[in-house]
This record gives sequence, C-alpha cells and structure tokens, in this order.
Amino acid sequence: MFRRTALAALATVAALTMAGCGDDSPAASSSPSSSSSSSSSTPAVSGTIAVFAAASLTGTFTQLGKDFEAANPGTKVTFNFAGSSALAKQINEGAPADVFASAAPKNMDDVKDKGTPTNFVSNTLEIAVPKGNPGKITGLKDFADKSKKIALCAVQVPCGAAADKVFKATGITPQPDSLEQDVKAALTKVGLGEVDAALVYKTDVLSAKDKVEGIEFPEASKAVNEYPIATLTKAPNAAGAQAFVDYVLSDKGKAVLSTAGFSAP
Amino acid sequence: MLLLPALIGLAFLLVPLIGLLAKAPWSTLPAKLHSADVWQALRLSLVCATSATALCLVLGVPLAWLLARGGLPGRSLIRAFVTVPLVLPPVVGGVALLLVLGRRGLVGQYLDSWFGISLPFTTAGVIVAEAFVAMPFLVISVEGALRAADPRYEEAAATLGAGRWTTFRRVTLPSIAPGIVAGTVLCWARALGEFGATITFAGNFPGRTTTMPLAVYLALETDPDVAVVLSLVLLLVSVVVLASLRERWISGLQ
Repeated sequence: MFRRTALAALATVAALTMAGCGDDSPAASSSPSSSSSSSSSTPAVSGTIAVFAAASLTGTFTQLGKDFEAANPGTKVTFNFAGSSALAKQINEGAPADVFASAAPKNMDDVKDKGTPTNFVSNTLEIAVPKGNPGKITGLKDFADKSKKIALCAVQVPCGAAADKVFKATGITPQPDSLEQDVKAALTKVGLGEVDAALVYKTDVLSAKDKVEGIEFPEASKAVNEYPIATLTKAPNAAGAQAFVDYVLSDKGKAVLSTAGFSAP
Repeated sequence: MLLLPALIGLAFLLVPLIGLLAKAPWSTLPAKLHSADVWQALRLSLVCATSATALCLVLGVPLAWLLARGGLPGRSLIRAFVTVPLVLPPVVGGVALLLVLGRRGLVGQYLDSWFGISLPFTTAGVIVAEAFVAMPFLVISVEGALRAADPRYEEAAATLGAGRWTTFRRVTLPSIAPGIVAGTVLCWARALGEFGATITFAGNFPGRTTTMPLAVYLALETDPDVAVVLSLVLLLVSVVVLASLRERWISGLQ
C-alpha cells in the first residue's frame, strides 16, 4: 500500500514534468488543412528540417512542428531541445542544424554561421507558488524573508540571470534555500511543495497550472527575456529552414506561442 | 590474447581523462583555483561522501549479511530491490526521496511537524541522497564476499561457544575484509561523484549543498575552463585518497 502510494505520487511528478515539456495548448487545433493550400505554392520545401530549440520551447515548438508538417506535406521536422548554451556549443562544433531558436540573445550571438536573427517572442518572470499558496507569498519582497523556503535558478542559467537583474533593480536581497540548475528543476520543487515560492517564467507556470499558481509582479518588466530565431548558414536544408522560421513568425505561429504564455517581442 | 582487449579497455577509461588534461587552462589554473568556492565545494564533497559511506557501512554490511546468510524467503527479489538505486536515473531517485522525505513527503511531513526536521536543502540531505545512490555498491560487494567465504568457520566458532555477534565480529568480518574495503571504495567514489539525486533532493546552495559535481555542472554553463579545473581537482583528490587508503587497508589486513 505504502509503495503503491509512492508510485502514484511518482507518476504525478512525472506527469508534472511532462506537462512542462509537451503541453498541448488549445491553439494546437489551429486548422492545418486550411493552410496547406496556401503554403503548397511555396516551392522546394521538402525533406527533414533539424530545429535546435531552447528547452523552454519544447511544448510550443513540438506543436508548431506538427502544424508545419501538416501544412507542408513531404517535410519532417526533427527537434533537439536542450539548454540554449549547450545547443550553441553543439552548433559551433558542427552539429547538422537548420534552425536555431535560443532562449537568450547571448547564446544566439555565440553561434558563428547564421542568418540574421529575429526576436520572435519574449518571456517574463513570474512568482510560482504551490497550489493554495501555503507560504502566503504576496510579492517579490517575500523572497527576502528567511523563514520562507525559496528556490531560484542559479545565476549561471538564463532564468537565474533574469532573477538577479530583477533583484538588483529592486534592491531586494533574496534569501534562497536552493539555486536550481534550470527552470524546470525550480518548478518541480514548487510543484512538490518543497519550497514556498520560486521565480520562473510565465510559460512555466502555465505549463504546470494544475500544480502551481502564478503571481505576477510589476518588477518583472525589469528583466524581459527575448528569444531570437535564425537559420544557419551551413544548414543542410536551407529552403526548409527558411520556411520553418517564416512559419514560426506567421500569425499561426504567434497564436500557438501566445497561448503558452509567451508575449510578443 | 587477453592483453589487447585489456589495453583497449584501459585506454577507453583513460582517454576522457587525457582529454580533460589536454583542455585544461594550465596558464590561468592557479588564478582559477584561488577562489574560495572551490575549496568550500571540495570540503563539502569530502565530508558528505565520507559521511554517506559511513552510513552505508552501518546499514549496508548488516543488510549484505542478511542477504547472504539470513536464509530469507524471496531473497532474490530483495536483492533486486537493493539494486534499484543503480537502475534508477539519479534524478528520479532524488524525486523519489523528495516524495518520501520531503516537506510534504510520506515520512517527511511527520519529521517536519513532530521534530521540525526538514532534510531537503540541507547538508544532511546531501548525505542521504549520496547514501541512497551509493549503498548498492557496498551491499553487492560485501554480499559477494560473504557468499564466497566458507561458512564452516562461522559454524566452528559457534560450536566453540561464540555468540552470533562475536562470530560476526571476530570471524565473519575479518574474512570478508577485502570485500568490505572494495565495497567501501566503490561506495565512496560513487558518493563523491553523485550529482542527480543530490541536486534534486538537496538543491544547490554554496557552502551547504553545493558539492563539486554541482559546482562543475554550473561552471559548465558560463566558464567551461573552470569546469575542467574543478573536475581535475575532484579527480586528483579522489585518486590520491583511493590509492593511499586502499594500499594501507589491504596491507594492514593481511
């Protein structure tokens, strides 16, 4: 009995983690059939398109990939989701990528052979608290309260750098109990109720909305994270790369992204 | 006939190390080593790995004895459960620990409300996470040694009037000492390098839960050179400790 409870709980966590990766946003139903006629006029888009995208884009880009394939029969979009810095490293080491979508301009700058990057979305920080807000968190100032359990991202990763910027701008000295290695780890700690609050992205709160609640705070505007996307000069499938970037920047792409909580750049 | 694969095997294990050495920023190494964080993380790593190993010895040797000598029903099933932490990805192990020992965990909620003990985000939490992942190495080695040891010596001791505890302490333990040493070494090394369960269960806070592997991982995000330096320090320390200890223990025992 004990073990069964533990297993069930484990499954819940797995589901929570998955929710972060593959959220089936309602915009998923954006009619692919209607778009196929319009984009079939664009010539020479076929074959496999390798998209390297930041981990925080996992849910939305998986959806966009499916929609793109439906709109362009004969294409296959494959994804490599990971931290932006790791992806930039892989691309510079010669990984066969067609498109790179980064969670931070800095990682895009690190990539040498690329087309002109376009900022396609932005993401703002939000306070994530466990359902019911047991720690009675009201705003950013609670992060300076030693009696509250707080998780932040480590300053070495983008969400931590953004949090650092916010705290510097507001003069609040946070008292974190843990500096997590990425935003999903921070979110997991909130979902399990191990911490009273964490600073994560708005999109992360939405992706786990059955487990966590989000509290917006005005100071978030001090650290808006821009996401650039670019085709790569050494792309094995240059035409496909351009078509996919165009699709992300199209109204249909924007709809999927905004449903997941991303803002316009 | 065996030499060639043996040499290939050795090279396979050593080449990544050579890669680290070749990539190491030797000229700036002293400067990078001079930051206090390195020594703090190294100290914490050694303290936690050693404490975790001690915990594993206290709990693991009796468990191995039970598996080898206890005559339990369903022994092979229990043995399979002992190896669960080996099979489980460490991050999942960390989540499982949170579910049991976390603030809202099955056991953790009572620890918290009755005794005010909360293991996540503490050094004790690091030790628990490392012990969870490392204990199978000790149990399996010691069990193997116990099964290879001749039980007739124990029986002889018993017929001469030695109690169960005296037999275990004076006859069984000395005869399986090399197995215990090997298991301890494996266990300590695994605990020292432990990353996934630690960062998931105990989080990451400098001086409290940031062990060397965590520091290496985060350094990799910003300054890969520092990550290489930290890895080399960790490797050097572990090689020195293991080589010297093992020599002393084994020669002292025989």
